[in-house]
Amino acid sequence: MKAIVNIYLKHGVLDPQGKAVKHALGSLGFKDVEDVRIGKQIVLTLKDGLSPEEAKKEVEQMCEKLLANTVIEDYDIEIVQ
Amino acid sequence: MKVAVIRFPGTNCEFDTQYAFERIGAKTQLVWHKETSLPDGIDLVVLPGGFSYGDYLRSGAIARFSPVMQAVKAFADRGGYVLGICNGFQILLESHLLPGAMKRNENLHFVSKYQYIKVLNNDNKFLSRLNKGDILNIPIAHAEGNYFVDSDTLAKMYDNAQVLLQYCNAQGYYDNPNGSVDAIAGICNKTKNVFGLMPHPERACEKILGSDDGIKMIEGFMH
Repeated sequence: MKAIVNIYLKHGVLDPQGKAVKHALGSLGFKDVEDVRIGKQIVLTLKDGLSPEEAKKEVEQMCEKLLANTVIEDYDIEIVQ
Repeated sequence: MKVAVIRFPGTNCEFDTQYAFERIGAKTQLVWHKETSLPDGIDLVVLPGGFSYGDYLRSGAIARFSPVMQAVKAFADRGGYVLGICNGFQILLESHLLPGAMKRNENLHFVSKYQYIKVLNNDNKFLSRLNKGDILNIPIAHAEGNYFVDSDTLAKMYDNAQVLLQYCNAQGYYDNPNGSVDAIAGICNKTKNVFGLMPHPERACEKILGSDDGIKMIEGFMH
């Protein structure tokens, strides 16, 4: 089982990388981009035998404790069989 | 005064930090991050600058879980003085010993230069030898020094005089090298015994090297 964790800066927290990429896309002629947010993806391979619910709960704790800094970051978790 | 300088894998300012504190007459001792306790009779713990754990995940995020950090937290909870410089500041934020978090610098560059900073509050041990409004010339060197804190917490920090240092130009007017909220360069906790700043006072201890303003800062801990 795999858990895919996406972490990105909270809405309302200015994303300096996103802003730079948006600017670069604009200068390449892509005029339709309104906003760019850059985050990171962490893929965890979990031991067999966990239920998806148990896995999600555990990964949530991992996010709260280490993977995300919840002062500035939000995260979402996808469990893939 | 006895100063413990904590060393993580990737720390690189520990010797400069020792030099600075010994220059003002303190005794210093390096403490490896795997220690579970601090040496006896420590008056100040310094988390020096560097790149603990290669800045993986987020700066300071992994160092926070080093065994010694439990002891540092207990020391701080008992009222012990803790100073985090640059990466040390980032570790204190990740440890929730200080409020807020660091983002990448707004211009995405690693900024490395002398920078003027202004003293906003001095009713604390660290900056007790300085006056409000004093302007200091201290090197900065970081890629993630873009301090962020939500506006409610920030308002409380101002009320309690926890915002200590602000980036400025030579005349004391607004300058912001990294995009920090209100150009904040240094803060302390509610009880004013845990301090964090991005500038490196330990790199400004000899006039011949450009500035000795750092001495005026760290001297506060000696009195």
